Amino acid sequence: MRGHKKFLALSHAFLIFGSILCIAPFWLLVTASLSEESYAVKNGYSFIPKKWSLSAYQFLLQKWQIFGRGYLITIAVTVIGVLLCLVITMMLAYMLSRPKLPCGKLFNFIIIFTMLFNGGIVSTYIMYSQVFHIKNTLWALIIPNLLTNAFFIIMVKNYFNSNIPEELVEAARIDGTSEFGIFIKIVMPLSKPIIATLALLVGVNYWNDWQNAMYYIDDQKLYSIQSILNAINESSQYLMQGSGGGASLPTETARMAAAVIGALPIIIAYPFFQEYFVRGITAGAVKG
Amino acid sequence: MQAKSAGRKKRNLQYRKWVPIILMGLPGLIYLIINNYVPLYGLIIAFKNYNYSLGITGSEWCGFKNFEYLFKNDAAWIITRNTLAYNIAFIILKIILGIAVAIFLNEVRSKRSKKFYQTVILLPYLMSMVVVSYLAYAFLGDRTGLINSLLNALGKPSITFYMSKQYWPFILTFVYLWRQVGYGSILFLATLVGIDDTYYEAAELDGASKWKQIHYVTLPLLKPTTIMVATMSVGNIFRSDFGLFYQIPRNQGLLYNVTDTIDTYVFRALLQDGNIGLSSAAAFYQSIVCFVTIIIFNYVIRKSSSEDALF
Repeated sequence: MRGHKKFLALSHAFLIFGSILCIAPFWLLVTASLSEESYAVKNGYSFIPKKWSLSAYQFLLQKWQIFGRGYLITIAVTVIGVLLCLVITMMLAYMLSRPKLPCGKLFNFIIIFTMLFNGGIVSTYIMYSQVFHIKNTLWALIIPNLLTNAFFIIMVKNYFNSNIPEELVEAARIDGTSEFGIFIKIVMPLSKPIIATLALLVGVNYWNDWQNAMYYIDDQKLYSIQSILNAINESSQYLMQGSGGGASLPTETARMAAAVIGALPIIIAYPFFQEYFVRGITAGAVKG
Repeated sequence: MQAKSAGRKKRNLQYRKWVPIILMGLPGLIYLIINNYVPLYGLIIAFKNYNYSLGITGSEWCGFKNFEYLFKNDAAWIITRNTLAYNIAFIILKIILGIAVAIFLNEVRSKRSKKFYQTVILLPYLMSMVVVSYLAYAFLGDRTGLINSLLNALGKPSITFYMSKQYWPFILTFVYLWRQVGYGSILFLATLVGIDDTYYEAAELDGASKWKQIHYVTLPLLKPTTIMVATMSVGNIFRSDFGLFYQIPRNQGLLYNVTDTIDTYVFRALLQDGNIGLSSAAAFYQSIVCFVTIIIFNYVIRKSSSEDALF
């Protein structure tokens, strides 16, 4: 038994080390954003700054319109995207989960194939910008990401197969309920856990997306919070526009503060949805 | 006659039953066809002298000229080497560390601390690559970065990380693992939780040490999960994590030699240089090697265990 105690201690040591490794960068980001600009530029950031200052946040407060708008865009895109994705994915997965579906193998193949092969960003970009004209619209942030991961479809299909009793569906059918009615009245209420999981995985995807904006958005008014962070990354001047310039602006620390503002909502919300998240990853790993 | 028409009626009825169900699946299928299948036609751009005003069909064919241009300089070789080398390192390390974390997590009996560790280790995965690039910058920045401020405090000269390519293979691997190991460990942990305790009890009765139990009980039982994770990754071995390779090195030209992958190359050719021909040639090249890998890989899997084959 002594060997076990040693191993348990080793496990804790390893996991504590790992946890510190995971948290330390966030800690540094926060302390960096709270340190005094001139001191930080001269001496660098540290885990415990010698000179604290709120000027980075005060500066960003003046720019609240940029960040406020960014958050509105992010929230709108996430909500619309998640709802659309849920409706489309659930219905498609329900179809695939039906026993004896005609051409079922073909439909399955159509979905699996999208995970293996695609036309690449060049032709996708040309199609969306030249044929569908979604450039510089909110749709550019929603449509290309709608069903990015075919795994989600298979995950929901597997859930239906193992959690919706076929007898229940059959009984409702005999009672004269329409197929769509069955889906709404029987399947949906039984699927709350998978709906939560899917909404979460897709929601995080939308919340964190910056790539679509890089391809399709030039209009800064349509920048989501992640695109704003990306723009600051590409040019530190982005934040300084219209601030008159001058050396007194907290250029470096304000960047860190902006990143804190961008990361905060997920960090705060995450502990509440952690369990669903873990469940989702485990469920999604089952092969279709 | 009558029996025949009744049979047809019955069959018709049977098919009619499927109409509403297939209608439900239709939006998703139409979306996938537009988003994933129509662009396949665009792969022919690689063989054309693309002109925006003429469109894909109207543009002139130019044979393999785009490919000649791609393979003429070192770029094709560098981006292929980087994509492959990083992915191989990522897959191996992610699996090893993922298994280690899962075994250690499984050892922790207290539910509270287990949940705490898992929550913390998963957090990096939820951050967008843009945010991660800020985190990396807080460590690596020239003037303000933590590492340089520590070096200076020790009286050592600063390192200009964003201009020195020798550090980047390690930095990128570290960042990738930092973000992915927690996520990767979940699958292994799910398998471990399902292992029957009697296996360990029997091993214990035989006097097997903890290390021996891991070696002879845990690892063999993790084999199917490991194979599954490896399979999914190997299929995408010619695809790189665009966010990682674009955001973390902050698109610094001096670093391209060790940070450029097929995906970042395609992106730059498309949006920064506006060279559609070159970009689509690189994308086409990527699609083909991906496709070939998957076919070969699927063949190998079908030979060893036909159940796990993809098609």
